[in-house]
Amino acid sequence: MANESAISVRGLTKTYTSKANGSKVAVAGIDLEVAKGEIFAILGPNGAGKTTTVEILEGYRNRDGGEVKVLGKDPAKLGNDSWAWRNRIGIVLQSTNDSQDLSVSETVSHFANYYSNPRDPDSVIRDVGLDEKKNARIQSLSGGQRRRLDVALGIIGNPEILFLDEPTTGFDPEARRAFWDLIRNLRDEGRTILLTTHYLDEAEALADRVAVIVDGKIVEVSTPGNLGGRNTAKARISWLENGSKQEIESDFPAAEVAKLSAKFGGEVPELTVIRPSLEDIYLKMIGQL
Amino acid sequence: MRPNIIKVGFLRGGLEIKQFMRQRESVVFTLLFPVMLLFIFGSVFKGDLAPGVTFSQYFVAGMIASGLVNTGFQQLAIMIPIERDFGTLKRLRGTPVSPISYFIGKAILVFTAMIVQVGALMAFGAALFGLNLPNTTERWLRFAWLILLGSICSTILGIAFSAVPKNGRGASAVVSPIVIILQFFSGVFFVFSTLPQWMQQFAALFPLKWLTQGMRSVFLPESFATQEVAKSWEIPHIAIVLLVWTVLGTILALKSFRWSDK
Repeated sequence: MANESAISVRGLTKTYTSKANGSKVAVAGIDLEVAKGEIFAILGPNGAGKTTTVEILEGYRNRDGGEVKVLGKDPAKLGNDSWAWRNRIGIVLQSTNDSQDLSVSETVSHFANYYSNPRDPDSVIRDVGLDEKKNARIQSLSGGQRRRLDVALGIIGNPEILFLDEPTTGFDPEARRAFWDLIRNLRDEGRTILLTTHYLDEAEALADRVAVIVDGKIVEVSTPGNLGGRNTAKARISWLENGSKQEIESDFPAAEVAKLSAKFGGEVPELTVIRPSLEDIYLKMIGQL
Repeated sequence: MRPNIIKVGFLRGGLEIKQFMRQRESVVFTLLFPVMLLFIFGSVFKGDLAPGVTFSQYFVAGMIASGLVNTGFQQLAIMIPIERDFGTLKRLRGTPVSPISYFIGKAILVFTAMIVQVGALMAFGAALFGLNLPNTTERWLRFAWLILLGSICSTILGIAFSAVPKNGRGASAVVSPIVIILQFFSGVFFVFSTLPQWMQQFAALFPLKWLTQGMRSVFLPESFATQEVAKSWEIPHIAIVLLVWTVLGTILALKSFRWSDK
């Protein structure tokens, strides 16, 4: 397993100190293991420590404690090897506002020059769905198109790991679905993807595994379907009987419904069967419910 | 294999020029501002400083030298903090690109802008104020290395100084006064030899005074050398001061250059 890991984090801590706000613990001891080729989501509310964690992995920030290995290297101790390491990773930052005066294709083609084994700029632009906007100036792009360009610049170097920090914030639903397809395609090409998001549905739709992070700590790591014991949680069955609402909880809802159906001789009045939604579970986890 | 750092630097230079050309305001400002100043000063001061040396002739030398400082040092020390704010540098930091390539790109931008600016100043000066262009090959060659070395020196000092402003908004307020004071002290707006001695000595610590003197040696008659403080153009001195500041600036820039806000 150890050499299968793309990212490995042990006991990561980071505290910010400022004169104005005193000290704030951003990351309070995080362990993570991301396997090669998986989409791993870090899910949590704003200010939970997602971006700090990812920026430490990307080599932007120093940590206070713990061990970090990304593609076998410690991002804080790259030395003269730093270019070779950066040559193998792709980064999509949270928000950028640069090179407004260049066109999409000028920018993507230029960034290809930085890498030793870049992808073909035209095919990257096509993959992110910006073919029609190829010659448009960046300043004329919509928010979603701009984000697609960010991804294009993140993958132009043919990275083994792609970091995506809150990639779809501010997207309309249609743009988000299209963006998710793009990310799945990147995974299918064999890349490891580490994604942060505060959208539950995004983690559910994309991730192979999810880590929920609250106040700088991981509260759970699991597949989206198993998050918070959702798969084993009791189902709640309710129906109308003798003019009042009846409700039971059961591990075997189908059997209960069959019993009720036999009792009523067919249809059961106002029957509902509910499993806790992922959202209920998530809100409980982050202490909002 | 790593892409060649110098080659990527030149590619960055091309990109920087492209971006610069597309910002109409900055193009107009860079090209027209020196010409406008020449027009104002040339119209106000009509007299001769010495037989055959008009004020315009003297002033063009100063304008070209301070153009090097404006286009390199001042522009970069303001523009780089803005690029930091916009995330341009943070994005670059996430790629394998070397800071050296970034520096080279900036130097190419500055050098190109200078060539265009100098061309505009000379054409305008010759057309309206009877500016005499350099008249020997030796002077043209000296002119060329002064522009080249001046651009590099000014670029690297601008990059080094870009670490000082906290952010893009405050950058202009930190950088511009330094440049304006240096211009007054270095004999851009006044005849250097008429300045108080302490001003001259202070100015002699910085490259602008030497660039201005070098440009005078290109644009003024040989006889004017005797009116310099040292009674000569001091060409070797000029080269040494510029080289020392370039080396110093490179060390500082490599040490202090920040890709992002701390």
